[in-house]
Amino acid sequence: MKICVLVKEVPDAAVEKRINPSTGRMDRSGEKNLNPYDTHAIEAAMQLREGGHVQVDEIVAVTMGPESAVRALHKAVSLGADRSLHLSDESLAGSDVAATGYALAKALEKESPDLVLLGQQSDDGECYTIGAVVADHLKMPSLTQVIKLDVDGDALRLERQAEYGYDTVRVRFPAVISVGDAINEPRYPSLKAIMGAKKKPLEAVDAAGAGIDLSLVGVDGSRVQCGEFKDPPAKAAGQIIEDDNTDETVEKIVAWLDERKLI
Amino acid sequence: MADVLVYVLHYEGAFNKNSLGAISEGAARAAEIGGACDAVVVGGPDLTDDLCKTLGEYGARKVFRAAGSEGLAQPVVDVLDKVISDGGHRYAIFGGGLLGFEIGAGLAARRQAGVTMEVTAVRADGDELVAERPILGDSKISVSRYRGDLGIIIGRINAFELHESPGSDAEIVDVTVEYSPWSQQAEMVTRGEQRGADVDIEGADILVAGGRGLGKAEGFELAEGLAAAFGGNSAVAATRAVVDAGWYPYAAQIGQTGKTVSPKLYLAAGISGAIQHKVGMQSSENIVAINKDANAPIFEFSDLGIVGDLNKILPKLTEAIKAKKAG
Repeated sequence: MKICVLVKEVPDAAVEKRINPSTGRMDRSGEKNLNPYDTHAIEAAMQLREGGHVQVDEIVAVTMGPESAVRALHKAVSLGADRSLHLSDESLAGSDVAATGYALAKALEKESPDLVLLGQQSDDGECYTIGAVVADHLKMPSLTQVIKLDVDGDALRLERQAEYGYDTVRVRFPAVISVGDAINEPRYPSLKAIMGAKKKPLEAVDAAGAGIDLSLVGVDGSRVQCGEFKDPPAKAAGQIIEDDNTDETVEKIVAWLDERKLI
Repeated sequence: MADVLVYVLHYEGAFNKNSLGAISEGAARAAEIGGACDAVVVGGPDLTDDLCKTLGEYGARKVFRAAGSEGLAQPVVDVLDKVISDGGHRYAIFGGGLLGFEIGAGLAARRQAGVTMEVTAVRADGDELVAERPILGDSKISVSRYRGDLGIIIGRINAFELHESPGSDAEIVDVTVEYSPWSQQAEMVTRGEQRGADVDIEGADILVAGGRGLGKAEGFELAEGLAAAFGGNSAVAATRAVVDAGWYPYAAQIGQTGKTVSPKLYLAAGISGAIQHKVGMQSSENIVAINKDANAPIFEFSDLGIVGDLNKILPKLTEAIKAKKAG
């Protein structure tokens, strides 16, 4: 079987995120990294391959983004992907979630994967939905926030926490599955894998090459316009204590609680 | 005509509170743009006439009822697609939760519609609805405007208030839907399994909540010791990450897929304060956070924040509270 893993380059968690006032889009400049949630998806693919219940012929990392996104693909390959596919085109910039999902689905169509894996969310956009968009375009079933994944004949047996407790769902291939970070502990890449990552095949494809209808992507093709940014209602800042002397800190906490009659 | 459609989740004969809030919100906003709010339910024979018509009390005009599998998103997308094709609804609103996200996103793909998630407010502007969504760790609010025939609004949990007007029945319309092949590739094996002991955190006045920062399952002993020191009506709660890791029972989980609480005191130990957690506890009267990371988001909505090692602070705090109580 062929597994495609969707990955994304995101600003490093330590970098303060902001909106670029001139474009109204998130300022994605600065230090970048592979979305940490995606490392769990790659690890899940590796564990399927190593688990021996199904023959995994190929793991392909797929991303959409500007030239710099190649680094996220290198990272994905160092973690175990065999090769990567980079969808990149000026016309895709500014795509909303629905347009991005459509474009990714078109890129994936060429690969005809048996399984598409992705992380449950991106570290920057705070969306949890791209997998469900991609799945419906590919006409595949989809499940998000999966924390356990086992092969069960021609299907996957999946567990996740939903509104009323834990659900177990059986999903037949092909399918699009987004995984939660509780599913596994991603391995660290070996030095050899890091050094070798740039030598693994990396295919670039543009919008035309992926067969993307340009009227459905980019700023003009997106059906949501976000803007008019404003500050939320101000909340009075809380008091902060740096714990330099624990006895004193505890005394302060107790006094604070006592003042509010909480003890 | 600018009608709104709301999907209403249910489980064991009861409707989901967030879905009911979405009906109330949908009805109020639809009225402002000259339309009405309809509801969609998908499930088995437990969706009786008597149950479904009560959705009128929250503001639904019609209830479109389809027989289908419950707890999975894609069959619901099929039903919504059919109802919107026939009825021309301009907006679809979801009350949040995991399924709301999945269904809303699937519907956006199916009907080439715009979608906004984590919405905290919807308002009418002329004959359109606009959605407000906090972004960048809730430090800014972004406003979504929709193009095209359909706009999809996925609410943050607890964003929409529920309004009841007893005595108004909704009209029930049964719909027959041909489910798409890929919707039928997924099958629910077990739903709503409870894991771990049954504990009550919703009625507690004082909650000591533990997250990953407790380090390991045994770390919860510190939280339990502190809750016991407070005595009275106190309990221990947990984040999703530690519940998924098996450190603490599911019944104690706060947040998007867990419980919503508003105790007199919420003491968060080793919790970073992700949005999914915040939505379940932000209306607590007093929030105290202990975390070793000074940049943890939880400090932005705490009344008292302590930057330090909880392994040093919690035992001493427990002793100090015991002493205070004894004195």
